[in-house]
Amino acid sequence: MIELSGLTKVYNQGRPNQVEALRGVDLAIADGRVTVLRGPSGSGKTTLLTLIGCLARPTTGRIRIDGETVSGLPERFLTQVRRRTFGFVFQRFNLVRGLSALDNVMLPALPLGVAHRRLKEKAFALLDHFGIAERAGLAVESLSGGEAQRVAIARALINDPAVVIADEPTASLDGERVGQFIAIADELKRSGKTVLITSHDPRITRAAIVDTLVTMADGRIVEGTP
Amino acid sequence: MHPALERRRHLLDFAVRSLARRPTKNLGLVVVYALVVFLLASVMLFGAAIRREASTMLAQGPEITAQAMVMGRHDLARTADVEALRGLRGVRRVEPRLWGYLWDSAGAANYTLMVPPASDPARRVAKGKAVVGEGVARARKLAVGKMLFLVSPSGRFLRTTVTEILPASTALVSSDLVLLEESDFRAFFELPAGVWTDVALVVANPAEVKTVAEKASLRLPGFRFVTRADMARTAEALFSWREGLALALLAGALLAFVILAFDKASGLSAEEKREIGILKAIGWETSDVIALKLWEGGLVSGFAFLIGVVAAWGHVFLFSAGLFEPVLKGWSTLYPRLALEPSIDALELATLGVLTVVPYIAAILVPVWRTASTDPDAVMR
Amino acid sequence: MIFHPPILALIGASALSGTVLAASAGFAARLLAKWDPASGSERQIGLERTTYLVSTVVAFVLVVEAVSLVLFAFNADRMAPLFVGAMCAVGSLNASPWGFPTLWAKIVVFFAAFVWLVIDRVDNRTRDYALIRVKYAGLLILAPLVLAEAGLELAYFLDLKADTITSCCGKLFGEGKPDIGGDLASLDPRLALGLLGGGLAVAVGLGLAAPRHRLAAVLHGLAAVAVFGFALAAIVAAIGPYIYEQPHHHCPFCILKREYGHVGFALYLPLFLATGAGLASGVLAALPPPASLAAAMPTVQRRLTRVSIGGFLLFALVAGTAIGRSGLALLG
Repeated sequence: MIELSGLTKVYNQGRPNQVEALRGVDLAIADGRVTVLRGPSGSGKTTLLTLIGCLARPTTGRIRIDGETVSGLPERFLTQVRRRTFGFVFQRFNLVRGLSALDNVMLPALPLGVAHRRLKEKAFALLDHFGIAERAGLAVESLSGGEAQRVAIARALINDPAVVIADEPTASLDGERVGQFIAIADELKRSGKTVLITSHDPRITRAAIVDTLVTMADGRIVEGTP
Repeated sequence: MHPALERRRHLLDFAVRSLARRPTKNLGLVVVYALVVFLLASVMLFGAAIRREASTMLAQGPEITAQAMVMGRHDLARTADVEALRGLRGVRRVEPRLWGYLWDSAGAANYTLMVPPASDPARRVAKGKAVVGEGVARARKLAVGKMLFLVSPSGRFLRTTVTEILPASTALVSSDLVLLEESDFRAFFELPAGVWTDVALVVANPAEVKTVAEKASLRLPGFRFVTRADMARTAEALFSWREGLALALLAGALLAFVILAFDKASGLSAEEKREIGILKAIGWETSDVIALKLWEGGLVSGFAFLIGVVAAWGHVFLFSAGLFEPVLKGWSTLYPRLALEPSIDALELATLGVLTVVPYIAAILVPVWRTASTDPDAVMR
Repeated sequence: MIFHPPILALIGASALSGTVLAASAGFAARLLAKWDPASGSERQIGLERTTYLVSTVVAFVLVVEAVSLVLFAFNADRMAPLFVGAMCAVGSLNASPWGFPTLWAKIVVFFAAFVWLVIDRVDNRTRDYALIRVKYAGLLILAPLVLAEAGLELAYFLDLKADTITSCCGKLFGEGKPDIGGDLASLDPRLALGLLGGGLAVAVGLGLAAPRHRLAAVLHGLAAVAVFGFALAAIVAAIGPYIYEQPHHHCPFCILKREYGHVGFALYLPLFLATGAGLASGVLAALPPPASLAAAMPTVQRRLTRVSIGGFLLFALVAGTAIGRSGLALLG
């Protein structure tokens, strides 16, 4: 369970270009469910995502994950929490160019000192599960959009996280691919993972798998807090 | 393997592949780095080799050299002085020596004219003949059998035939030497019999040298006594100083390189910045990225150091350090052509490492940290 | 005397270390004034981020100081022929009143940096930066130490003058030079070895008790420093002569040389490591114990004392072997 209370995030504090991205957010995300955050650009949903996923610290407020307060943790502990709890699928996939699909999938686990062979086998198994095993050795620049997304999802799963976060996952996909993504999200949910998606794509927000829909505007939640 | 070791292995592996993915940038840096190492290593290897040569050669000289002094300047020794020294206990042999300098306008150089010591009969020069060093031979285009004409400051003329040119292996101390027969020498410099330039003392027991010198100075208070150890020390200090001076002059090059390193480490391309951001976002800690970047720096240093040292070794020992001879060898215009004994030691390598690798790593520390401190959420925005 | 390559390298390295630590000390002062871990403000995040740089910098300085210490000793040995009466490094160091103080300063800086890094590591394991104030206050002490060491080293090299021939000089060298011997060399070898053995026993005993008892850990730290001193004295008075098989050769540096199989490294490396670990253990135990470390501290102490005890035992083994194999009979 992820609990957020009174979260605010201010960028460029005290400077002329100060921005209040979040203005007091309270939210609870239940385990094993699919939650979608929607809202126009500038509504703060991406910022909220970064805070939930421990990519940044809130200016004020508290974040608790399974009862443990993580918002005040030093960076290295925050990273450890992030590594073991969250897997990220970014909007632009953010795969490292010049590396193969397999190498990209292994990246998050390298600093953990996992034995090389075991890691390679696991990464390969994930790619195989998503049907792109034969592309494992190819540089990621030569993959199609759908294939790249599946590599990104495999990468997000390499450390067996409990929560998978996807930021605008369907932004660059056609209808068929959107359906494939929804199927993957459903599979993750059924395997017990919590899925958190930001999207303003109606194909996602209205999908049957969505358990909770949260609407944001102007740094606040306007609809859908449980 | 232990996770900590496995982690290190992964980071090193990633560092190698990271460097390979940007060949132009990294190769350029390695080349400049290697050049800096090459320059410094050349100076150090050369200087050290010269010092070794000099000390080996000095080891063959007399233990004590006695010189008469008048008004603080060098005076000639007389037979009576030589006899006074013969009686000293501990002195195996007393050898009065004849030698002097001559400015030769034909060769535009200073020569050292000398009469070989009586104790070395193999070196004896016959009247009308001369043995010259390889520098003199070069300056006056001499060969065995050719004539050597010398003119003294007072206008005295000496005609000799060259019978031998001294080997290049002794060039460091013999390059400007002209060995003559005693009567030729005295006639040329208008020296009467019974005067000598200085006196060499051969001491039986090396531990006694200091005591013998002390006793001798009591017997001949107007003389100064220079021991072989004194000369060795002076030569060592002088060559070392010159080497250090040359290095200090190269400090400019080193500084320029350090600035380049800082610049390269700071000026990441957009692609590189993106990559670091991704690493941070997918779970790499700041310390992981710092470790990665330091491994990259270490690899670059390692390659550059190796290439630079090997190239310098080749430059100094295979090509006789063509670039540096003038600075380090000469106090005369007759630069000897030396083939140096190749060698290298740990102190030199360590010094070189501290002079090159340490400044490089220091230069990249702040840029590496700044890079590694990228906000992980930067990739989201 | 500056323009010798190893000297240029040493002065450069010290200057670099001093500069980066002085900058770090500036940051330390700022951190101590503004630190607020509960805050999520950009200033706090900036401070936390900069602590990574400082940790990396101090680790860098530690490595440079370690290399510099070895280079200093070897260079002193290499320079010995330039000074009349100097037969090895001891002579070079005695050629100026700043010589030995520089060496001691380098050793102190090494240990100070070592202890700081251990505390840094321990602090990084806590979730609330339990030791950060202590750590950065410590940096305000470390920085002046490094600067002082750099200053002493510069003074030493500036003061050194090779005994070279000058044109007007008619006198002999060697008159009036201070004797190279010392009090350490005249120490009774039996006493030296006895002190060393006793000190080792006490240090090991305290080290075994340290993970469970805070006082034992503190005393272990003190004992480690004492053993370091006894070990140096023993090397000069007894172990060295045994290795050289020469009752009057007391130099603590010549054992590093090739002709003695570089056995000096096998003695000094474990000694320095053991002393550093023991000292770190003592310092950690002496600090007021933070709550967040209460569970982890015994493990940390165990690891440190393991290194400390292991290092001292290894030193004893190497020394004992060297004495046993020596052809000299010093005590009989």
